[in-house]
Amino acid sequence: MIVNGQEEQIATPISVTDLIKAKGFVPERVAVEVNGEIVPRAKRAETTLKGTDTVEIVTFVQGG
Amino acid sequence: MPIPAGFTPSATETQTAARQAAFDAVPDPTTLVSRHEIRDALIERHTAAVQDKLDAAHVAIAGCGGLGSTVAVALTRIGVGHLHLVDFDRVDMTNLNRQQYFLKDVGQYKTEALKANLAQINPFVDVRIDTVKVTDDNVVDLFGDADIICEAFDVPENKTLLVNAVLEQLPNTRLVSASGMAGFRSSNLISTRRVSKNFYFCGDGETAPKPGAGLMAPRVGVVACSEANMITRLILGEEDA
Repeated sequence: MIVNGQEEQIATPISVTDLIKAKGFVPERVAVEVNGEIVPRAKRAETTLKGTDTVEIVTFVQGG
Repeated sequence: MPIPAGFTPSATETQTAARQAAFDAVPDPTTLVSRHEIRDALIERHTAAVQDKLDAAHVAIAGCGGLGSTVAVALTRIGVGHLHLVDFDRVDMTNLNRQQYFLKDVGQYKTEALKANLAQINPFVDVRIDTVKVTDDNVVDLFGDADIICEAFDVPENKTLLVNAVLEQLPNTRLVSASGMAGFRSSNLISTRRVSKNFYFCGDGETAPKPGAGLMAPRVGVVACSEANMITRLILGEEDA
């Protein structure tokens, strides 16, 4: 699957919740889009990714 | 954000009273200039065709700190017609290192102080304010009528909440967000990216504040003006980052 523009070897199927965890991100500090569509926060656990998906994980840090 | 723990306000009562008096004493800007004169000046710089698009735009700014206050000043200067400022916080002295406030504003709500300061640039911009905290439950009420939403919060969980809530609940509204702007690393690390159809992201993506490299006017300003320029591009019909 492609994550943030990079081809990555990730065992699928995997849920969005588990991908966030595997990448070491804090769930409350990310927005996840799959194939250009937001994954609602309430549906991260039930949304399953496949190897052909393109995933954007946008992370937020302190500052503004 | 509460006043940072490392700073203790030391203003005397006289100084605090003088700040309030100065805040209350700013001139009524509509006595200083006519709508006609400001419009003529903007058209001289921008042309009428461009100005008509800017006049008609509705931009909501979520957060009036270093990002949001700077975005608001830039958009007011070019005469974006309708701004909606949302913030629950008050101005404190540690904000003045990067935010578009003055000593007279310390202690005031940011929405009210910013609205007053914007009026000294162009009193004919329609500025609406809401002094509230944004939650999942009020995002549609607050931002449903905006053409473009600017995410300009400070706390990462608040940035994340707004971005997710807008993408989930207002998927057809353009959203310009920002993250990664602390310190004084190169400006050339900062970029604007179109993440998806209606979602733009500005900043270096990673630099949080730390001791000796906190949030400072120059680099926060680069990111704020990246947001402001992306918003301007969208108003004027350019959709690429």
